[in-house]
Amino acid sequence: MSRPLVIGIGNIERGDDGVGRQVARLLKHMLGEKAEILEQDGEAGAILAHIEKAQTAYLVDACMSSAPPGTVHRIDAAEGELPLSSSDLSTHGFGLASAIELARSLGQLPAKTIVFAIEADSFEPGAPLSKDVSDAAVIVADRIRSELEGTG
Amino acid sequence: MARKTIKVDYLARVEGEGAFKVVVRDGAVKQAELRIFEPPRFYEAFLRGRSFMEVPDITARICGICPIAYMMGSTHAIEKVLGIKLDGQLRELRRLIYCGEWIESHVLHAFMLHAPDFLGYDSAIAMARDHGDLVKKALDFKKTGNEIMTTVGGREIHPINVRVGGFYRVPSRRELAPLLDKLKAARDFAVEAVRVVSKFDFPDCERDYEFVALRHPNEYPLNEGRLVSNKGLDIPIEDYDETFEETHVEHSTALHSHIRGRGAYFTGPMARYSLNFDKLTPTAQQAAREAGLGPTCNNPFRSIVIRLVEALYAAEEAIRIIEAYEPPDRPFVEGSVRAGSGCHATEAPRGICYHRYTLDDTGTVTFARIAAPTSQNQPTIENDLTSFVGGWLDLPDKELQHRCEQAIRNYDPCISCSTHFLKLDVDRG
Repeated sequence: MSRPLVIGIGNIERGDDGVGRQVARLLKHMLGEKAEILEQDGEAGAILAHIEKAQTAYLVDACMSSAPPGTVHRIDAAEGELPLSSSDLSTHGFGLASAIELARSLGQLPAKTIVFAIEADSFEPGAPLSKDVSDAAVIVADRIRSELEGTG
Repeated sequence: MARKTIKVDYLARVEGEGAFKVVVRDGAVKQAELRIFEPPRFYEAFLRGRSFMEVPDITARICGICPIAYMMGSTHAIEKVLGIKLDGQLRELRRLIYCGEWIESHVLHAFMLHAPDFLGYDSAIAMARDHGDLVKKALDFKKTGNEIMTTVGGREIHPINVRVGGFYRVPSRRELAPLLDKLKAARDFAVEAVRVVSKFDFPDCERDYEFVALRHPNEYPLNEGRLVSNKGLDIPIEDYDETFEETHVEHSTALHSHIRGRGAYFTGPMARYSLNFDKLTPTAQQAAREAGLGPTCNNPFRSIVIRLVEALYAAEEAIRIIEAYEPPDRPFVEGSVRAGSGCHATEAPRGICYHRYTLDDTGTVTFARIAAPTSQNQPTIENDLTSFVGGWLDLPDKELQHRCEQAIRNYDPCISCSTHFLKLDVDRG
């Protein structure tokens, strides 16, 4: 049985875009070797290469919808297609949702694939995580720990 | 003809933000505009005042798919100022990393963006449900290109190991060796891939282009050569500015390029191929012939085949370089910092990428100019659309839109580089 996979996605140098990676770093302290925990910049090919080998995958990324900053969305990929924006389908913007849907098309989607998307406030270069988003990182890390340890 | 306006708010599978408008009156195309409204990015301005050593890493940020094109153009141009000319294994390593970029860029475009047009899918994700094996192999091929970038360049997107004079660190034979088996598998897949795409249904069309590409006496062009065309152009890169001109048009934030006194030209894989067929490897030439291509090709819809012939070439060239590789004594060559100007052009996946820089006597950039391939191809894209739409006016609106989008994707346009998304607006009057 392979270890569960957690991928924190984003750019730590771009404000709240780094929240996925912050969750990955928190989980490294919480889970140690119990899970394979990676940080990625979000390129679909690399994400696909990692998730195709996993049976359980948690993917954490920042998102922008109309919800308040720090809002946590939990999406179970088994429940249906992820909402793709058309800009996700280009060589330069070939991102997380594309990676998941491509994995699904190729029959390589892990049996359990959960996406946590955290509503961002700002992508200011060089800025730290905003307060609401930083708080949400702690909440998401603890939820993933609980789910993986079966206490959630 | 009934008055009709066709509007598509978002044309996927191209790079960047722009729009396309066709005006049709009395059954004839009056106007075709590729409208790029991506904001200008001001790279040339913020390079001024920077050290020459920062230029490759800054210009690499122009594009996440073709950063090597910008790193190669800038390093070579600055090296001309500093009196540096690379040869031997350092020159070969530069070809190798460029092969990595050609592979990842061409394979991604051919299979993830362009092939769905021909196979009748609206995305690669939908295509993958029915053609999973092909998509998996293509993704592996692309990954091998990325691995070349990572091994030689330090990372796959925006590499950090390229510097003026060579590299910060050169790989060992042991580090390159694992790429060989992957490249050999990639080469075999590339032969199959050329055959597969050659069977697509291509619209009949032959256009009278002026192809412009680099040509080198001994090799298929990547980093060096003279600028040549099929209509008599044969100049050193130093004559670029006096031969080509950039003009501003109201409907685009990217400058349009023309050959002075002559007009639009076409740069990129079709031009390279048509001007350098004799420099391809025998395997690549044979694959092209078996795909029904002659030594030149004027049908832009067949560009997908040519991209994969070039990807095949790049895999073979990478194998050749790695098999003969001996690490050089030093990772870079030092030059003399001095005032002066230098220019250079290399063959980015999408075509000629031209750079000119002026340095002061401390090596600080006082002037920079960069002409990206998509910027150069804009007038030709508009000419193609003007030509094609006239023959497609009997098609239903949806089919006409699709054909226009496909015609634009023939160019693998990188609007982000040229100054990002395309809207399509067909006004039938």
